Amino acid sequence: MGWLSGPVEALLHTALVSELTVIRADGRPITHPLIPLYDGDRILMHSSTLFSKKLEHIKANPRVAVSLSDPVGNKGLTDRATIQGDARVIEDDPHRQWEKLILQLWRAKEPAIDDFLKARVALPLFFERSVIEITPRRCLFWPNGDTSEPPLVTNAPAEVAA
Amino acid sequence: MKLREGLERIATFPHVVVSWVDDAGYPLSVATSFGADADGVLLDAPALPIPTDRELVVVGSHIHPQPGIGYDERRYVSLWGRAATADDGRLAFTPNRAWGWDEQVMPFFEYSERSVPQSRRYLERLSAERGMLVKPRLAFGWLALRTTRLPFLTATFVPVLLGLAIAARHGAFDIWTALLTLIGASLAHLAINVTNDIFDELSGADAANPNPTQFSGGSRVVYYGLVSMRQLATLAGGLYAAAIIIGLILLAMRPSMALLLIGIAGMLVGYSYTGPPLKLVYRGLGEIAVAIGFGPIMLLGAYAVQTGRVAVEPFVASLPVAILIALILYVNEIPDRRSDAAASKRTLVVRLAPRTVTRIYLVAAVLAFALIVLGVVTGITPWPTLIALAAVPLAMRVHTGIQQHYNSPYALMAVMGTNVKLHLYVGLLLLVGYLAALAVTLLR
Repeated sequence: MGWLSGPVEALLHTALVSELTVIRADGRPITHPLIPLYDGDRILMHSSTLFSKKLEHIKANPRVAVSLSDPVGNKGLTDRATIQGDARVIEDDPHRQWEKLILQLWRAKEPAIDDFLKARVALPLFFERSVIEITPRRCLFWPNGDTSEPPLVTNAPAEVAA
Repeated sequence: MKLREGLERIATFPHVVVSWVDDAGYPLSVATSFGADADGVLLDAPALPIPTDRELVVVGSHIHPQPGIGYDERRYVSLWGRAATADDGRLAFTPNRAWGWDEQVMPFFEYSERSVPQSRRYLERLSAERGMLVKPRLAFGWLALRTTRLPFLTATFVPVLLGLAIAARHGAFDIWTALLTLIGASLAHLAINVTNDIFDELSGADAANPNPTQFSGGSRVVYYGLVSMRQLATLAGGLYAAAIIIGLILLAMRPSMALLLIGIAGMLVGYSYTGPPLKLVYRGLGEIAVAIGFGPIMLLGAYAVQTGRVAVEPFVASLPVAILIALILYVNEIPDRRSDAAASKRTLVVRLAPRTVTRIYLVAAVLAFALIVLGVVTGITPWPTLIALAAVPLAMRVHTGIQQHYNSPYALMAVMGTNVKLHLYVGLLLLVGYLAALAVTLLR
């Protein structure tokens, strides 16, 4: 099981959008709004090869941050959190592998994806996908989303960090 | 995205997320309230200090949750730049670059199409990393359907079945040659579809078109990397060969100079639709080629297989079918017009003003129905074929739809669908008319 606190896990389970920030080759940050999924241990995201620049950035530098900050996208949850972690891209088979890894979690948040999948013939490249698996290392949490207050900071237990 | 536009757009978000790379080398993000104007962004300083010695990215992001579906109204804006502490303790962020996407400005499908080269490059790099080919895939059935554009076979079924029905009414019908005719004509049609896609890819028309729809823009299988050009060329060759073999079998079974000439004409028109040297569609002659190919040639060909000759009645019956199939192409060219023009494909729609395009549609549709009436009035075609006039409202709906959605490719999809139905329903109703006339003949 993961080490993130209950309220942060609630955000991850609920959020329809988060901001994934990765580091470009020139060392600058770049942020991508993405739907976050959570398996109780790792944060899982996914990307079509159509929008694959983030994947290349992660392969070059796996350090990432995930911000959960939008009360609308979080379905009314007002807490905010930023989770720093190490990411890896899983794409042994971009055609099928993501379905085994994340389809169930994705469907729970975005049921319409099943309709899109039925029309895969119309959107073939959209469904060539890579999974981004993020191991949380450090979490900053703002109860009630008040970022004018210092965040509650927790770090991964030593065995996870190792 | 221009900086000014980025600043205008980010001002519409209720908060932004500011990110930077921290001293440990990880990105770090914090949400904060802000104000924005044409000069920059004033960030309310959060308790977590935002650094002023390095590049920041400031992002406004929005979605609209849709319970039971997911979400829509996706939009976001990213601004890159640096911040400095302002007099009031806030942070003055001065951006130097902007990027963003708003699905209400650029629909998701267009955004995806514009990103196809990114996918191709990524998969090429992945292939190089792995030392093995990594390419997009589709299940065989879907790939075959997409590659050959199988659903468009209705354009073949309508004239062939009509030709067979008229021949039957004239006392000539053999089930085996009828089936072979249908199969051979379908193979020829699929071969033409595939050939068309080969030349569209070679001319750059696929890459230039960010708004393909299920009715327009071709199969794009090579452009997407689903199929190689060699595979597509092999498929086209195989389909042509199979169609020719069936044509020769039919000629052997029913020797006829008329059938031979019709077959040769059909192959030439089909190939020359996009193939060099004539490239008819590139010269604004695509509609005429399609009208001839899927009107008189198909219908007279099917008739000639059964009777060994051509006649006035099947020719007259083929004219409304020819006009309506040409109108399918004509309307489908509307969303493709910019990419066609970029690829030097000077279709009628590229050449004409929108108002003229719409008027020509109306005139041609009226002419198609007028020819059905004229055929009956002159005694050439049987009166039950007047049942095809029941499809007139569909033509009016298409005409209105073109007027309303000329500049909206995705809204035009429903109109294109109705236009395909118009051809199919008129063809089927004509067939019903002929079968009714045949029944009357048999009962006498």
